[in-house]
Amino acid sequence: MSELTAKPKLARLFRMQWEEAQGAYVLLYPEGMVKLNQSAGEILKRCNGERDVQAIIDDIEQTFNATGLEKDVTGFLEIATERGWIV
Amino acid sequence: MSETTPTTTTTQVPPPLWLLAEITYKCPLHCVFCYNPLNYAADRTELTTEEWKDVLRQARALGAAQLGFSGGEPLVRDDLEELIGEAHQLGFYTNLITSGIGLTEERISRMKELGLDHIQLSFQDSSKEMNDFLPSTKTFDLKNRVAKLIKKYDYPMVLNVVLHRYNLDHVGRIIEMAVEMGVEYLELANTQYYGWGMVNREQLMPTREQLERAEAVVNEYRAKLGNSIKLLFVVPDYFEERPKACMNGWGSVFLAVAADGSALPCHAAKSLPGLKFPNVTETTLKDIWYNSDAFNRYRGYGWMKEPCRTCPDKEKDFGGCRCQAYALTGDAENADPVCSKSVQHGDIKKIVLQAQAPRTEEKPLIYRNDANSMRYAAIPIKEERDKVT
Repeated sequence: MSELTAKPKLARLFRMQWEEAQGAYVLLYPEGMVKLNQSAGEILKRCNGERDVQAIIDDIEQTFNATGLEKDVTGFLEIATERGWIV
Repeated sequence: MSETTPTTTTTQVPPPLWLLAEITYKCPLHCVFCYNPLNYAADRTELTTEEWKDVLRQARALGAAQLGFSGGEPLVRDDLEELIGEAHQLGFYTNLITSGIGLTEERISRMKELGLDHIQLSFQDSSKEMNDFLPSTKTFDLKNRVAKLIKKYDYPMVLNVVLHRYNLDHVGRIIEMAVEMGVEYLELANTQYYGWGMVNREQLMPTREQLERAEAVVNEYRAKLGNSIKLLFVVPDYFEERPKACMNGWGSVFLAVAADGSALPCHAAKSLPGLKFPNVTETTLKDIWYNSDAFNRYRGYGWMKEPCRTCPDKEKDFGGCRCQAYALTGDAENADPVCSKSVQHGDIKKIVLQAQAPRTEEKPLIYRNDANSMRYAAIPIKEERDKVT
């Protein structure tokens, strides 16, 4: 399992943008593209290098008017770290 | 049985996601494994700057997000920067796929300003002698200078090296070279036998032992280097038992526009007979993508014959590659003979076996150049195929 960065941000190789035709956020990188599901998109959008992990969780819980999302968020951040999407 | 009912283009067609803009077929190199059409020199027509911009706008509106500028050598066109600027404004992720010849510091810094996202630079080998041999030009030192420029301007960089009989044994040195250059991805792409690669197949085909050794070396380096560099090793499909999911399915994500404006579901598709490829100067991209016969011909599964039609893997590999099926079996609707279920699979095995045989005399390589291309333009494709296979 990868260590989470205190204030994660998108790695330099990746660009994230909303794609209307796909109805989704995508990650673009050299000759490749990952289509993100809604929650992945919402979490990654908040990884701006300024928010810490707790702030990301709080913001997500507030936006979706839910509690207990900590595990989901950190679980996804770990996967994103492993794949090199965030640093 | 549901398998016997063709289910095809009635299902909704997804939008294109990838646009490959082959803006010119001019190229200062003469690579023997180039996939460009053999007869490229017969038609010199190229779209104008405005026509290309229109193609970019239309493709983006349809949903394409990845854009590759390729060719030929895209740097040959001096409006490349203008096209990069337009593509960036439209929201494309822009990739420049280049030999590096013609990439001066002035151009590379201008492209950065205009929003170019990534550069894929090709090398032929790790040593000057071998790098300069197969493309038949002296470019090794120049390519090294370009690699330094790419890093200086902080582009992510993919280094692409096409592998074959003559350089597979150097794969360790090629990886060392990539590490020294500081590239993010190294694409070790075994030759695919299309276009010029096909006419030179006998000379380029490695032995199975060579391949296995090379793959073992790649795996050792993967373990040693970890995440610092991504090593992609594209296995040559002739040595496989299942076909590649070519283009992720015909007309499913990929749209190529050739120098003259013809729209292709795959960059090798011009090798297929009986297909009329619509031209972007005459038809809108939307109409081409959704309604043209060329893009609908092999969409879905309805066109398939056995063994593909009832194969449980048809949704995974789409029956392989149409161009390869045609080139090796004479019928594009056949299963790609790479598949062990194909009745022609034995032909592929024979070709691989032939590569094992000791060579008493080397056949000369045929370089991709205008003179050779004009010669091919004069010969019907089928006849040429029979001559080389």
